[in-house]
Amino acid sequence: MKPNKILVGIFLIITATCINACTVVKEYEKNKLNDAEMQLSSRKVEKTETSFESYREGSSGANGGKSGGGCGCN
Amino acid sequence: MRKISLSIISIFAGLLSVFSQDAADSTASYKSKKLTLEEINIVSSYYHQDGNNSAVTGGIGTEKLSDYANIIDVKLNKYSKRNLKHTIGLEIGVDHFTSASSDNVSPNTGTNASSSNVDSKDTRIYPAINWQVENEKKGTSYGVGVSYSHEFDYQSFGGNFIFAKKFRNNNSEFSGKIQGYIDQLKLVYPAELIPISAASSAGDGHHHDDDDDHEGRGGDSKYPTRLRNTISASLTYSHVVNKNIQLAFIAEAVYQNGYLGLPFHRVYFNNDSVQVEKLPSNRFKIPLAIRGSFFIGDRFIIRAYYRFYYDTWNLTSNTISIETPIKITPFISISPFYRFYEQRNINYFAPYKQHLITDEFYTSNYDLAKFNSHFVGAGMRFAPPNGVFKRKHFSMVEIRYGYYRKNIGLQAHIVSLNLKFK
Repeated sequence: MKPNKILVGIFLIITATCINACTVVKEYEKNKLNDAEMQLSSRKVEKTETSFESYREGSSGANGGKSGGGCGCN
Repeated sequence: MRKISLSIISIFAGLLSVFSQDAADSTASYKSKKLTLEEINIVSSYYHQDGNNSAVTGGIGTEKLSDYANIIDVKLNKYSKRNLKHTIGLEIGVDHFTSASSDNVSPNTGTNASSSNVDSKDTRIYPAINWQVENEKKGTSYGVGVSYSHEFDYQSFGGNFIFAKKFRNNNSEFSGKIQGYIDQLKLVYPAELIPISAASSAGDGHHHDDDDDHEGRGGDSKYPTRLRNTISASLTYSHVVNKNIQLAFIAEAVYQNGYLGLPFHRVYFNNDSVQVEKLPSNRFKIPLAIRGSFFIGDRFIIRAYYRFYYDTWNLTSNTISIETPIKITPFISISPFYRFYEQRNINYFAPYKQHLITDEFYTSNYDLAKFNSHFVGAGMRFAPPNGVFKRKHFSMVEIRYGYYRKNIGLQAHIVSLNLKFK
């Protein structure tokens, strides 16, 4: 089995496991989840890092940055 | 550049003066029907790279490049009579970059059409505006946005539409985004490779074109232009697992067509002839990603990210990154990070003088070659409750440094600074 197929398999297993293993968290219990450094997207300070990665690497997307278009990059 | 820097300093000074007055007190339950400033972010970065695989010189030669980037992002909101939250985002970015390889597009010439304006310095300006409406009661939101980007040989018009729905007591959210870009490239060829029809700018403005995209002349009639179109759709499902863990799953599909190479990238063939790189006029990309944030104890956070990517040029890649913010105090944190990236080359890549003249498509752009890279660094975040320097509205300052290295020789450094005002 190719390494990429193994990684995709791991990705799908984690997805299925996590979706099934969740509890409902009340708003007043979310103080840690609401911490600025817990956010599930790239932070503002990472914005130019995401841009240079899309210039210097062949792939892009699924990271909050542009996935083609808007610049002379990929 | 001086004018741009002065403009940015003026805007910054203006913002400070706005915040020197205390805003009217508000209560948590009060929802302003007036347009209110939610936050302002100013991000400045300096990026520098060096390497010896420039695509401008066919996969050999300097890749030295420096980029100064400044972005101001303003978020405003107001509640309508129906208690819908309207958020308006305004952003403007200015990049000024110097590139040693640009000097090699047409070295030692200054009289031909393609070289006269090719400078080792250029500035890119990219404003954007977004408007989003949220129904907090129903947990739904939708929004639209437009963007523009301009630099000497490239301009882009973009639009997007987003929607989102929260459910499970705001513990899960499903969101989608559709984006489209219409880009226009000026065909700035190396001096020795200007097609005869393109050089005769007094002609009809069109030369023989065997691709299926359209070619014409843009606002600057000296250069023929070509289009690059991009449309992408992304779906994100984010999920609270428990009080300390949340995850997001991101799937995106991107389709591009038009002129997908760059006209000043040379390719040297094994018979010593030289051409401009030629790539297919279509590309379909699929990035899939998972992101997770884990709070461990009271001081440690782990932010992890993995992405698998595949496209129809047969480029596959894997990206793994991990960042571990450590809270020195509740308001000061240090965040070391590491990112590993590896990719397989596209079908059409070959190094200097290794392409065959019979190849249908060809490039010696090492950004599309097989390589892996490491990106390592750290950030420091300072967000005191009474404001930075005791300025109530100056809510956060974050500085971050990273060192990037490819196993094929390219190295880069980046320093970024984020100032947040609320």
